[in-house]
Amino acid sequence: MELEAAKMIGAGLAAIALAGAGVGIGLIFGNYLSGAMRNPSAAQKQFPNLLLGFALAEATGLFGLVIALIILFAF
Amino acid sequence: MASNPMHQFEVYRIGPKINLGTVDLSFTNASFFMTISALAILFFLYIGTKKKLLVPSKMQLITEMSYTFIAKMINDTAGTNAKPFFPFIFSLFMFVLFCNMIGMLPYSFTVTSHIIVTFVLAAIVFIGVTILGFVKHGLKYLELFVPKGVPAILLPLIIVIEIISYLSRPVSLSVRLFANMMAGHTMLKVFGGFVISLGLLGGWLPLSFSVALTGLEILVAFLQAYVFAILTCIYLNDALNLH
Repeated sequence: MELEAAKMIGAGLAAIALAGAGVGIGLIFGNYLSGAMRNPSAAQKQFPNLLLGFALAEATGLFGLVIALIILFAF
Repeated sequence: MASNPMHQFEVYRIGPKINLGTVDLSFTNASFFMTISALAILFFLYIGTKKKLLVPSKMQLITEMSYTFIAKMINDTAGTNAKPFFPFIFSLFMFVLFCNMIGMLPYSFTVTSHIIVTFVLAAIVFIGVTILGFVKHGLKYLELFVPKGVPAILLPLIIVIEIISYLSRPVSLSVRLFANMMAGHTMLKVFGGFVISLGLLGGWLPLSFSVALTGLEILVAFLQAYVFAILTCIYLNDALNLH
């Protein structure tokens, strides 16, 4: 296989990381919503934690982007 | 290639070339926008605190809100011991926030989309927190790597994992900010390219999409500054209070 083609395939494969990030973000918001439905008075206090969890989960998908960029441009 | 989405991250020299030995110290567009954001913070805080009214004006209200926001965050996550570190965390938060927000302006340059900038910020936090922990607790700080209530047979494994996770802190802290800013701005440029290539008839769909994405990016710009500051608080909490 050509090296260039292998690089492209590898960079594309790195996009699989987004599946995990999607599951994570969905879990965070879904669980927050179901918790907030059960106890609306406690929901406001946990909002910063929600944002923190969202940002942390989103970042794991972006690590995949960094891998793709390293494969494409650094080698 | 003018439509290359990576073109916006190019660092070029403005003004004369300055060399210190083999190190290139020229004034670049990155340093220009760093200066701009630092001056913007100074201006913002100066305007907000110029007239100290009992019933605050709008600018004073925004300034006070940003102060109490950070003060409350430090108090909640790191306890009252971390009060002396308020200026550091406040300036860190404001710098990252203003760099992200100024990067959202069209034709400007996002300083935080370069890993070396975010890595230096994260390295300052990491080295500072480590030194602080050793100064405050001496060699007892190494207890951070030994979680309580773990069976003795698992300890060798856990200690290795804890040390690796401690050492990967600056990497994850910097890559998170850098990757978020870079991915967002690349995505905006890619959608902008779609608008041009689809032309007057089909370009409206990606245009409306990119308006929505701009809103998301402004949210992310704030959120990443917040996450950067709150993770610094969490690391500070480890160093000050040891579990």
